[in-house]
Amino acid sequence: MKAPEFDYARPASLDEALRLLADGGEDARVIAGGQSLVPALNLRLAAPPVVVDIGGLDPLRGIEAVGDGLRIGALVRHAELARSALVAARCPLLTQAIAHVAHPAIRNRGTFGGSLAQADPAAELPACALALDAIMIVASRSGERRVAAQDFFRGVYETALAAGEILVAVEIPALGADRRFGFAEFSRRRGDFAIVGVAAAATKSGGRLASPRIAFFGTGDRPQLARAAAAALDGAANDTNTRKAAREKLAADLDPVEDSTASRAMRLHLAGEALEQAIDALWREAA
Amino acid sequence: MTERTSPLSALDRPNSYIGRAVPRPNLGRLLEGRGQYVSDISLPRMAHVVFVRSPYAHARIVSIDAADARKGKGVVAVVTGAELANVCTPWVGVLTHLKGLKSPPQHAIAVDRACWVGEAVAAVVAASRAEAEDAAARVLVEYEELPVTADMDDALAAGAAPIHPDFGDNIAFERRLDVGEVDAAFAQADAVAEAEFVFARHTGVTLEARSIVADWNPGEQRLTVYQGTQAPHMMQNIIARHLGLAEAQVRVLCKDVGGSFGIKVHVYADDMATVALSKLLKRPVKHVADRVESFLTDIHARDHRCKGRVAVRKDGTILAFEIDDRTGIGPYSVYPRTSAIEANQVVNLVGGPYAVKNYRARARVAFQNKNVTCQYRAVGHPIACSVTEGLVDRAAAAIGMDPVEIRRRNLLPDDCYPAESAAGMKFEALSHHAALEKILAMMDYEALRAEQARLREQGVYRGVGIASFIEVTNPSAAFYGVGGARISSQDGAAVRLDASGAIVCQTSITEQGQGSEAIIAQVVATAVGAPLERVRVILGDTDNVPYGGGTWASRGAGIGGEAAWRAGRALRDNILSVAAAILQTEAAALDIAGGEIVDAEGHARIGLDEIARIAYFRPDTLPPDFQAELIATRHYAPRKFPFAFTNGVQAASIEVDVRTGFVKLLRHWVVEDCGRVINPQLVDEQIRGGVVQGLGAALFEHCRYDERGQMLNANMADYLVPMAGEMPDIEVAHVETPTQESELGAKGAGEAGTAGAAAAVANAVNDALAPFGAVISEIPLTPELVLRAIGAIS
Ligand SMILES: Cc1cc2nc3c(=O)[nH]c(=O)nc-3n(C[C@H](O)[C@H](O)[C@H](O)COP(=O)(O)OP(=O)(O)OC[C@H]3O[C@@H](n4cnc5c(N)ncnc54)[C@H](O)[C@@H]3O)c2cc1C
Repeated sequence: MKAPEFDYARPASLDEALRLLADGGEDARVIAGGQSLVPALNLRLAAPPVVVDIGGLDPLRGIEAVGDGLRIGALVRHAELARSALVAARCPLLTQAIAHVAHPAIRNRGTFGGSLAQADPAAELPACALALDAIMIVASRSGERRVAAQDFFRGVYETALAAGEILVAVEIPALGADRRFGFAEFSRRRGDFAIVGVAAAATKSGGRLASPRIAFFGTGDRPQLARAAAAALDGAANDTNTRKAAREKLAADLDPVEDSTASRAMRLHLAGEALEQAIDALWREAA
Repeated sequence: MTERTSPLSALDRPNSYIGRAVPRPNLGRLLEGRGQYVSDISLPRMAHVVFVRSPYAHARIVSIDAADARKGKGVVAVVTGAELANVCTPWVGVLTHLKGLKSPPQHAIAVDRACWVGEAVAAVVAASRAEAEDAAARVLVEYEELPVTADMDDALAAGAAPIHPDFGDNIAFERRLDVGEVDAAFAQADAVAEAEFVFARHTGVTLEARSIVADWNPGEQRLTVYQGTQAPHMMQNIIARHLGLAEAQVRVLCKDVGGSFGIKVHVYADDMATVALSKLLKRPVKHVADRVESFLTDIHARDHRCKGRVAVRKDGTILAFEIDDRTGIGPYSVYPRTSAIEANQVVNLVGGPYAVKNYRARARVAFQNKNVTCQYRAVGHPIACSVTEGLVDRAAAAIGMDPVEIRRRNLLPDDCYPAESAAGMKFEALSHHAALEKILAMMDYEALRAEQARLREQGVYRGVGIASFIEVTNPSAAFYGVGGARISSQDGAAVRLDASGAIVCQTSITEQGQGSEAIIAQVVATAVGAPLERVRVILGDTDNVPYGGGTWASRGAGIGGEAAWRAGRALRDNILSVAAAILQTEAAALDIAGGEIVDAEGHARIGLDEIARIAYFRPDTLPPDFQAELIATRHYAPRKFPFAFTNGVQAASIEVDVRTGFVKLLRHWVVEDCGRVINPQLVDEQIRGGVVQGLGAALFEHCRYDERGQMLNANMADYLVPMAGEMPDIEVAHVETPTQESELGAKGAGEAGTAGAAAAVANAVNDALAPFGAVISEIPLTPELVLRAIGAIS
C-alpha cells in the first residue's frame, strides 16, 4: 500500500514545530525516526493532514549528564544510545535493553522519544522508563510540563501526550551507586517485539535487594509495575523461597490477555521466567 | 559406499564446467541494483490497478456503488466482476487424472459472492497506485454475510453446509489406496504406533511480491505481459484462452524474479484481472501485490491433518503404514495445477524410502472459506516425510530400537534398483544407505548421543532427529499433461554461434534467483567447448525462446539442462563440420576446447571467431555445396520414468529450553543425491534455502485464521519467517547417482531441503523431550506447544 496524501514540514525551531502542530489540528503527527509512523502510514492506519518532521530540532538531540542523572534527548537514535559510554556507566539497563530493540538498520533511524511516544505495549524502552522512574519533558505552545513515566503510558499506543505536544527529552533521575539492574525478554526471533519482557532495578543494601522496581512489557496494554512481586523481593535475601513467592505474586500483578502470539497462561509463565532471570541478574550485579 | 557414476564422458573433459562452482553471470547486475523486476517497468500511459477486497470470508455482494470513487483524482475506471466477465472467461481448476476432483468456475473478480477474506470484488484503475488506493476506499460495497466454514474438519463433517451448494458437499477430492495386506500386517505386528500429525497452513513469502504489467496494443492486436512467473508459456496459453485471443497474440516476458518457491507458478485472479483490464482499457496496467495482499491471496500451502499408523516387528521390520490425511484448500481448486496435488503427493510419498509392501491411504481435500492453497516448494513432501519419519521414530521407540538402526533395517537397499514403492512410485536408482552412512559420519552420531546423555544429567535437553526422504523431480507429462493441462513437461534450447564467435543460448526454463542462467551457461559452454564468458543465456520471453515448461518441480537443470546439453552438442557437431570444411579434414578428427578448434593432439587450429567470420561473411570460400548451420535446437522430455526420484537424509541437533519452551536449532545436516551436480555451490545453496523454508515450517510459519475466516497475522511482524539469527549452520554433502535417462544425468535439487527439514527437527524435539514422556505431533513447534506438552502450562 501507499501512504495517503499528507503535507510535510520540517521546521527549524521547536516553536515553529509547535505552531505547525497546533495549526494541523488533532490529527497532525510528529515524525522522528519514522520506523513506526511510516509503516502505519503505508498501511493507511494513520492519515494525518500534516506530518511535522522534528529531525531538524537540535535541542532535542544529545545525551547529557544532569547531576548524577541523565537527560536523553527525544531524537537520540537507538544506535546512539547503544554506543553511549555515559549511558552504559550511569544507566546500563538502557544499554542492555536497546540491544533487544529491532535490528541494526531500524536502530540507526528509530529514536528514544519516538519509541516512548509510540508506547507499544511490547516495547522495551517504555518499560525501562518505568523501571527507572523517568520523567518525560513535554513541550507545547503553552510551555513545558514534566510527566512521570508512571503517568505517561496510558494504553495501547496511548500516552499522556496531547495533540500539539512534543516530547523533548527524558530525564533519568540519579540512581545511586548501589542501584542494580536486570533485564530479560522472550521473543520468537532476534529483534522482534517481545512476547514478554521485564526491566528491573533494585538497590544493593548489605546482602539484600531494596526498593525494587520491576516493570513488565508485553503483559498488558502498557508497561506494568509488578508491585506485589517487588514487595516480596524488597529486603529479602537471595533464596529460592523469595523467588518463588515473588513469582507467585505475578498472577496478581499482571493481567495478560490472550492474543494470536500467546495465551494468557503462556505470558504469565514467561513473565515468571523473565522475573527469575532478572532476579538472577540483579544478584549477579550485586555480588 | 556405493556411489554410482557413469563412465567418463564429454561431461568429464578437463575443461568441463560441470561440477564447478563458477560465478553466476547475473550476479553483477543484481548486486549493483541493475536487475529489471516487474516493479521497475514503467510504460507510457501505464495505469495502476488496486483491488477492493472482501473483508468477509463468505458474503453475497448485494451492490457496488462506485459513483463516488469514479470522481477520485486520477481514476481511470472502476470495474466490477460482472463487467470484467465480459472480457475474461472464468476457469475451473481441475485435471482429469485426479478423478473426481471438482471446483466451481472462478472469475477474475468475484461475481455475486466472495468466498474468502481478500478475494477481489472490484478493481480501481488510476494514474498511480496511491490514487487508486484513495479511490478504492471510496467504493461502497454492500455485503450480506453468509455462513463461514473455516475449519477443514467442519467442512468435512457430515451434514456440513456446502460452500458451493451445487456440489452437495465440501469434498473437492478424495483418494484411497490399499496395497498389500494391511490388516494382516497390523495383526501380526509386535507393536503399533500411531499419531495425528498437524501441519499449519503457511505460505512462500517471496522477497519480490507477485507483480504484472499487461500492455494490450489495439493497433497490433497483441498483448505483452511482463510478469514474475515460473512458467511463461503456460501463462501465454491461459491468458490467450480466457481473453479469447490466439496464443500468438500474447507475449509473456519474464525478466528478473525475486524468488518464487512455487508461489508464482499459478494463475491468480489478480493477474487475470490485470490483463483483462489492459485489454478493456486499451492501455498498460500494472499490479504489484503489497505484503498484505500477498498474505491474503498468494497461494498458501500445507494445512494438513494426517492420522498415521505403523506396524512393526520386534526385530525392527516395518510391516505396514496406514494414513488418513485431510486438508483444506480454500473455496477453489487453483488453476491450472489444482489444489489436489499436495494431498495426492502425500498419498504417493508416505513410506516411500522404505521396503514396505503394505500400505493403505486415504486423503480428503476440503473446500473452506480461507485463502486458496496450492503447490509450494516441496509439494506434499514435508507432510509425507514428517508423517513417515515421525511414525518410524515412534515405531523405534515402541520396540526400544535406535532410530538409525530401524532405518538401516528398512530403507530400500542401495542395490535393489530399479524398484517400486508400495504406492507405486518407480525408482531408477537411489542411495538411501550411502546417504545415511555419510550423514552419520558428518554429524558424528555417536558423539552427539554421548553429549546428549552427559548434558541431560545437567538438566540440558538436547535432541537428535533423522529424516530420510525421497523427492519428486524432473516430472514427465504424468504430472499435469496427462490430466489435460497445457503445461509443457518438455523444454527446449536453441544454441547458436553468433557472428563474433560468441555463443547464445535461448532456453525455455526461467530464472528466479536460483541460478538457472548460470547452470545453462555451464552446460552449454561445456557441450560446445567454449569459454563460459563467451556464452550468453536468454530466457523468459515467449517470443524468443523455444517452447517449454519453465522452472518448477525441480525440473530446470534436469530437463532444461539436458535440452541445452543436447543443443550444445549438436551445435558443436555443426561447428566441427564447418571447421572440417575449412581445414579440409574430417570433423571426427577435430574437437572444440576453450573456444578453439583443436586437432587430435589438442593443438589449436582455428578459433570460433574465425569459423563464424568465414561462415557468415565468406561462405564463398567454403566448398560449393556446403551450407553452414550455426544454430541447433533440441528439446527434451523425460520418457522412461514418470519422475526422476532423488533421495536424501537430513539430521537436526536441537536444544529445548524446558523452562521457556524455546527450541534452539544447533546444527543441521543434509546429504542428498540429485544425480550429477552441475554447480556445487548453487546446489548447496538451493539445499540450504530449502532447509530454511522447512525450518520455518518447523518452528515459525503459520497463517493464523480465526473461526470467522479472518487471517490474524497477514503482515511481516506477526507472520514469522525464519531469519538468519535463528538458523543453524547447515552442512550439505552429496551422493551422486546420475540418472541414466539423460546424458547430463542431473536430477532436481530444488525441494530436497524443504522436504525433510521439519521432520528432522520434529524428531529431534521429541527426542529431547523423551525424558518427560512428551511427544508432539504438530508444527510449528511453538514454545507454547512445548510447554503444554511437558505440562509446564495448561
Ligand atoms: C521491523 C521493526 C522491528 C521493530 N522492533 C522493535 C522492538 O523490538 N522493540 C521496540 O521497542 N521497537 C521496535 N520497533 C520500533 C522502533 O523502535 C521505532 O523506531 C520506534 O518505536 C519509534 O521511533 P521513531 O523515532 O522511529 O518514531 P516515529 O515512527 O517517527 O514515530 C512514532 C510515533 O511517535 C510519535 N513521535 C515520535 N517522536 C515524537 C516526539 N518527540 N514527540 C511526540 N511524538 C513523537 C509520532 O508522531 C508517531 O506517532 C521496530 C520497528 C520495525 C520497523
